Amino acid sequence: MVAFSLPQNSKVDTGKAWPKPEGGSLREFRIYRWSPDDHQNPRIDTYHVDMKSCGPMVLDALIKIKNEQDATLTFRRSCREGICGSCAMNIDGTNTLACLKSIDDVKGPVKIYPLPHMPVVKDLVPDLTRFYAQHRSIEPWLKTSTPTPQAEWKQSRPDRAKLDGLYECILCACCSTSCPSYWWNGDRYLGPAVLLQAYRWLIDSRDEGTGERLDNLEDPFRLYRCHTIMNCAKACPKHLNPAKAIAEIKKMMVERRL
Amino acid sequence: MAETHTDKRPLSPHLQIYRPMLTMMMSIVHRITGSALYFGIVFFVWWLIAGAISAEYFAMTQAVFGHWLSKIILFGFTWALIHHMLGGLRHLLWDTGHGFKLTTVEFMARANLVLSIVLTFALWIGVYLVRGTL
Repeated sequence: MVAFSLPQNSKVDTGKAWPKPEGGSLREFRIYRWSPDDHQNPRIDTYHVDMKSCGPMVLDALIKIKNEQDATLTFRRSCREGICGSCAMNIDGTNTLACLKSIDDVKGPVKIYPLPHMPVVKDLVPDLTRFYAQHRSIEPWLKTSTPTPQAEWKQSRPDRAKLDGLYECILCACCSTSCPSYWWNGDRYLGPAVLLQAYRWLIDSRDEGTGERLDNLEDPFRLYRCHTIMNCAKACPKHLNPAKAIAEIKKMMVERRL
Repeated sequence: MAETHTDKRPLSPHLQIYRPMLTMMMSIVHRITGSALYFGIVFFVWWLIAGAISAEYFAMTQAVFGHWLSKIILFGFTWALIHHMLGGLRHLLWDTGHGFKLTTVEFMARANLVLSIVLTFALWIGVYLVRGTL
């Protein structure tokens, strides 16, 4: 349901200003903090990082803060090159990967929040359980009814090309959690990332489950809560276009009735 | 884990922190103008029914609609109608699977906003030129 304001336990307080380190070129970072252990509301802590001894990306600064100032700062990260999707968070007002976001691209203090409208596990770590369950619900694997071939399932080059712009999705959840429709109806609307994945299997020439896949999406909420707000395509750190994929699914829905 | 806190987990900030963008704003304005038209059309129906009731009642209704305050509301209604119509055309294009390039999306959002204002003034100026009064 639509609730514009945050629940009482989620309202954000002013937090601690950490002592400034030595150094001539300091940048300010305002970071969302919440711990399940201290029974307090979330807060914004302020840190300063000397850019002379820090890498260029927001993730570099987060790691530096954790190493040198505050070891309790919690966030997910792994590949540090935009492949794993772990460090998805809200930086300077938009969702992106901390490892791909240059600190120089942000003017003023760098504000960092977890992905929007998600339950927070700790600090910048959101609970993605529902997101993954929704991905599971579209059955993201090849479904066939004809006998399995001796060797591989073959696909022509043009058919393979249809998967470009879709297979690159790393399921970082930047798009889904940027979508106001997903904020208000995330319990029933599948959201841009999962629908892009659904389309990836719908147009796979080797897949034979198209009909039942579309049946599963034929629902006022699962698919049709997309109102082409376009936050998804703007947020995607891989420059994919979930809104277009969703439009293509809507077209398939119409075409199969003709 | 001896104890879990899943039920006490806070909800991360959303509307409070997300950077407002034109496309996002145009989407919510599309919905607001849509609701405004839904309720505004009641007045249009009132005007039609008034004409069917009696000459006196119609004259009284005309006087109400002729008030300057009503005209300001009618001006806003015209803008809402045109804005919503142009937005509808955007959605029609999107429904064909076209117009999703980010530059196109941005251009259409701006065009929608500018055109809605230009066309609203054009319509009112046109009416003024034809009728000689508003």
